[in-house]
Amino acid sequence: MAKKAPYIVPVGPIHPALKEPVHIELTVVGEEVISADFTPGQTHRGIEWMGLSRNPVQIVHLTDRICGICGVTHSLAFARAVEQIADITVPERADYVRVIIAEFERIQSHLLWAGVAAHELGFDTLFYLAWRVREEAMDAIECITGNRVNYDIIQIGGVRRDITEVQHAQIRKCLDSYKELFGKLKNMFLEDAVINSRCKGTGLLSFEKAMAYSTVGPTARASGCTADLRVDYPYAAYGDLALKPIMPTAYGTEVNGDTYDRIVVRVFEIAQSIEIIEECLANMPAGPVLWEEKVAKILAACKKAEGEAVGRHEAPRGECLHYVAMDKAEAPIAWKVKASSYSNLHVWPLILKGAQLADIPIIVASVDPCLSCTDRVAITDADAHKTKIFTKEELTRMSYEKTRRMRA
Amino acid sequence: MKLTTSLNRSLWVFHFNSGSCNGCDIEIVATLTPRYDPERFGVKLVGSPRHADVLLVTGPVTNQMADRLRRVYAQMPGPKVVMVVGTCGQSGGVFSTSYNLAGPIDQIIPVDVYVPGCAPRPEAIIQGVVTAIAKLERIEGGAKQ
Repeated sequence: MAKKAPYIVPVGPIHPALKEPVHIELTVVGEEVISADFTPGQTHRGIEWMGLSRNPVQIVHLTDRICGICGVTHSLAFARAVEQIADITVPERADYVRVIIAEFERIQSHLLWAGVAAHELGFDTLFYLAWRVREEAMDAIECITGNRVNYDIIQIGGVRRDITEVQHAQIRKCLDSYKELFGKLKNMFLEDAVINSRCKGTGLLSFEKAMAYSTVGPTARASGCTADLRVDYPYAAYGDLALKPIMPTAYGTEVNGDTYDRIVVRVFEIAQSIEIIEECLANMPAGPVLWEEKVAKILAACKKAEGEAVGRHEAPRGECLHYVAMDKAEAPIAWKVKASSYSNLHVWPLILKGAQLADIPIIVASVDPCLSCTDRVAITDADAHKTKIFTKEELTRMSYEKTRRMRA
Repeated sequence: MKLTTSLNRSLWVFHFNSGSCNGCDIEIVATLTPRYDPERFGVKLVGSPRHADVLLVTGPVTNQMADRLRRVYAQMPGPKVVMVVGTCGQSGGVFSTSYNLAGPIDQIIPVDVYVPGCAPRPEAIIQGVVTAIAKLERIEGGAKQ
């Protein structure tokens, strides 16, 4: 800490309030935050680089492990990019299975977030309740995919497992229990006096700023942007469903862009996901779930493929985008991941400004940050074994110097 | 080292994420919630390594986190047990070919208990804690740490 005000309070990367490593630096005067900055990068594992030496079927396993919460998000976006390049048609039934698992993921992710948010407010009873009911969704996910996290269900050209009649009973049981519980959950999160007073008016993000900072997902929708990839650019089976983006007005309130609105959007999205799954289960067409059963044939098709494509998916946190370029080789020649949190984290300095120190945990949590998706490398000098983050000024200076060298 | 009777109580756990995908971390929190509820035995997460008996590490240890892991380990009072949750902490797992790994964890600090799986189920994590208790009891009986 500096000796004189304003004080600088470092938080993280290892801190009890953070479940993932990130370093946040707050400049405070008294209780008020006057500026905030953050340094991500502690969980950078070089996944994109590793992908360039693996074939698409292997990469799908890697994409599942970009993030443990959005297990299906990254693999779906990546698979959609590769399918476009290699001209692979996904069977209709596989599209429905993909949507069902993606929506279950949204339910468990939003419940997880709701629990964490309640915990950050010091409302641990609600935290335990949210996580207890989340187990129902985990059971359904386990029933469909065989694993609770890192499902590995997506394959290039479809899904690895079909949903059979036997499994319908358990899925229906899970959905029914949520429908019964939803009213209670809604009341506890949206009517509670403590949550109301702590969340209304804090962490304000205006519509203009939300657009200017390119926020995505519930963070953007809570500020009044109607962006929802499932509605705007329907993919998989979303085109067959009548969907509307969930806005804070769903609860009859005006759009304020505060923490409370972000809770409203997420709670109502749980209800929307339940409806989507029910509709998909009822209307699932019969047929195969894979474009090709034999992995060798999928690989052969990928090896012949040439071109570039973008795969997108509306993750629980917002739009996730994978850019893939292939050039008649086993491994892709370029792979770029834009995770949803990458767009959302940048509003932290904005919405933390002027906040009380005690409100920081809930404001930080309100954008639902996921750092394992986001962390990127700066510039690494492999020979000198040094890593350095360059400032804009330094880069400009280097650029000027290079121009001068080229002239000489 | 002979233990004092002060350790005849429940284990307190400090959780350290060294760059994992979040999967194991979520399962650890899920382990603590009502369905599995190890808190009825007094096993709980604590906010400071200085209060902890068990260091629970997830992730393959990125270069940025290696030194922090050493420091957190050094801050813990003995006798202590290190528990690794997840395959990537044991071998690097799917991330084993990455350029940014200082791990696996046993390259950085000594490990006592491994819980394999990607990600392990909550039951497996509880089994790991039970193994850690057995190890502490052996130390108490006079075995070397």
